[in-house]
Amino acid sequence: MTAATAIPGLDRRPGGGRGLWLVLLVFLLALLGALSVAVGTRDVGLDDILAALHGRTDSIGQAAVAARIPRTVLAAVAGAALGLSGAVMQGVTRNPLADPGILGVNLGASLAVAVAVAWFGIASMQAYVWVAIGGAGATAAFVYAIGSLGRGGPTPLKLALAGMATSVALSSLVVAVMLSRGDVAGGLQAWQIGGVGGATFARLMPVLPFLGAGLAISLASARWLNALALGDDMAAGLGERVAVARGVSSAGAILLCGATTAVCGPIGFVGLVVPHLCRLLTGIDHRWLLPFSALGGACLLIASDIAGRLLARPAELDVGIVTALVGAPVFVGIVRRARVREL
Amino acid sequence: MTASLIARGRRRRARRRHAVIGGACALLLAGFALTLMLGQSFVAPQTVLRVLAGQDVPGASFTVGQLRLPRAVVAILAGLSFGLGGAAFQIMLRNPLASPDIIGISRGASVAAVLAIVVLDLDGPMVSVMAVIAGLAVAIAIHGLASRGGVAGTRLILVGIGVSAMLDSVIAWTLSRAPSWDLAEAMRWLTGSVNGAHLSQALPLLASLAVFGGLLVSRSRDLETLRLGDDTAAALGTDVAATRVAVIVAAVGLIAVATAITGPIAFVAFLSGPIAARILGPNGSVLIPAALVGAALVLVGDYAGQFLLPARFPVGVVTGALGAPYLIYLIVRMNRTGGSL
Repeated sequence: MTAATAIPGLDRRPGGGRGLWLVLLVFLLALLGALSVAVGTRDVGLDDILAALHGRTDSIGQAAVAARIPRTVLAAVAGAALGLSGAVMQGVTRNPLADPGILGVNLGASLAVAVAVAWFGIASMQAYVWVAIGGAGATAAFVYAIGSLGRGGPTPLKLALAGMATSVALSSLVVAVMLSRGDVAGGLQAWQIGGVGGATFARLMPVLPFLGAGLAISLASARWLNALALGDDMAAGLGERVAVARGVSSAGAILLCGATTAVCGPIGFVGLVVPHLCRLLTGIDHRWLLPFSALGGACLLIASDIAGRLLARPAELDVGIVTALVGAPVFVGIVRRARVREL
Repeated sequence: MTASLIARGRRRRARRRHAVIGGACALLLAGFALTLMLGQSFVAPQTVLRVLAGQDVPGASFTVGQLRLPRAVVAILAGLSFGLGGAAFQIMLRNPLASPDIIGISRGASVAAVLAIVVLDLDGPMVSVMAVIAGLAVAIAIHGLASRGGVAGTRLILVGIGVSAMLDSVIAWTLSRAPSWDLAEAMRWLTGSVNGAHLSQALPLLASLAVFGGLLVSRSRDLETLRLGDDTAAALGTDVAATRVAVIVAAVGLIAVATAITGPIAFVAFLSGPIAARILGPNGSVLIPAALVGAALVLVGDYAGQFLLPARFPVGVVTGALGAPYLIYLIVRMNRTGGSL
């Protein structure tokens, strides 16, 4: 607290502003949530929606709405987790391009799950989550180690390339696993694109404790991230234990993206885009940035899911495809804006 | 005295160069012969020769003539195209990472091919034409997006990575709309494969190698001067702008036509140039050795994917698994020397 507020320039925009934006964001999330329940491949009347919200599934419309509710909840939860985890990763690595998708962490989780499904016969959601978090953690450590070797530490280019190389290798391995086990390939293939369709509360429940833990750790590490933003030497000078701060914050981010990947498959770019947009509203103070990123991520993923349902009618577009289409231009924009020396 | 020294050096380098190219050609031919003979069943060399001569041999005519020969021919031609195009980009941009499969050009061609086949229901040469146009469009777009007061290599590569990610999702979307969505077909357009190759596919590849490959090789002297930097190249009398346009058109053409047939076989374009440079040493243009290395990579990768691994994998999975460690090695080595990428 004291370390953060004592630094001039950290609170670029003191006062109201941010509080108002927070309220607006919550309002937007509620609006999008309502829209996501109401809109979809099938047009449903208001009375059906209300009936379904009371738990009735008598007509097809009511059943459709009842199926959309867990889906919306999942999109909100997954989006919040990915947005938050991206913000933490960008803080820990001090790197504007850090994102669980670009760094290959989501693919690490999905390779772990694919191997577990194909060769170890694991089928419970609980086990998926553990396996996915293990894969995510191992990949994150690997990519970060490669990207930060040598002089200059983890520069955006080195991290992005290390992430890309790892992603290509991992996706080759995922394909290898799928091709050698044709019987489970269909399910894995659908899961591999990244989507929130077919969600049920039963699938969501086992993940919630992990997401809760990740959320708590990440939000609590905001102060550390503010200190790390000043550089390792300065943070150490301010009395922070840099290694501990980095390790604990990363653990929170890995819990979040690993658990999300276990339910939804790898969804990219949410963790990249959302923190950048939120930084425009909040400035660089992580105590504000992190909650904003969580809310913003939830909004983005619900909106992408709605767009995916409407654009490809009567079929559906998986949300992972929509977020890549939205996110890649933002990625290019960030790269363009940055000065060459910073890259 | 000096003149004779230079002449001797030139002769030595030319000898070494010819030895490398000759050796690579011999190895490639041997590999070609072996892939025709070996497989699920062994076919004796004289039987293979009889099939190649057009005789009808029961059994062998099908395995060799219908299955192995088209596959090997398409693999070699596609590998030549990828190797040549990739090395040209790497030399021109003076960066081993600036290969078309990393900066998104192969992806662009792949998207166009998928759209042409799945949505527009085209086949044959039109698919190749679309792929070439899209490859050029992606090259221009990446160049435009990355240039802000001069093209910086780093920015070009990062922009390319972002564009590739977007194009990947377009491929996934298109494939998910395809009526017969199956894994093998998806793999072709995501990682590259020579499954189900047909001899008629060799024609566009040959034509593109003749036209674009010829253009590239005829420009190889100018291309080599670009290695020294644009200013030095201009001072040496190279028309830098014209060379650059010719090289981009030719390299994109090669990559795109090959991609339209086999899909973007992962990392062949990226790996061929550096491997060839390592073998060749400072003995002249790396273009032709790189093409031969590319052909060898695809041929061997496809054979390994079919017969040496526990399940049958498309060649792109094998080369992708090979290329990623090399990319990581490249990053680690650059880090250690402290050089910029």
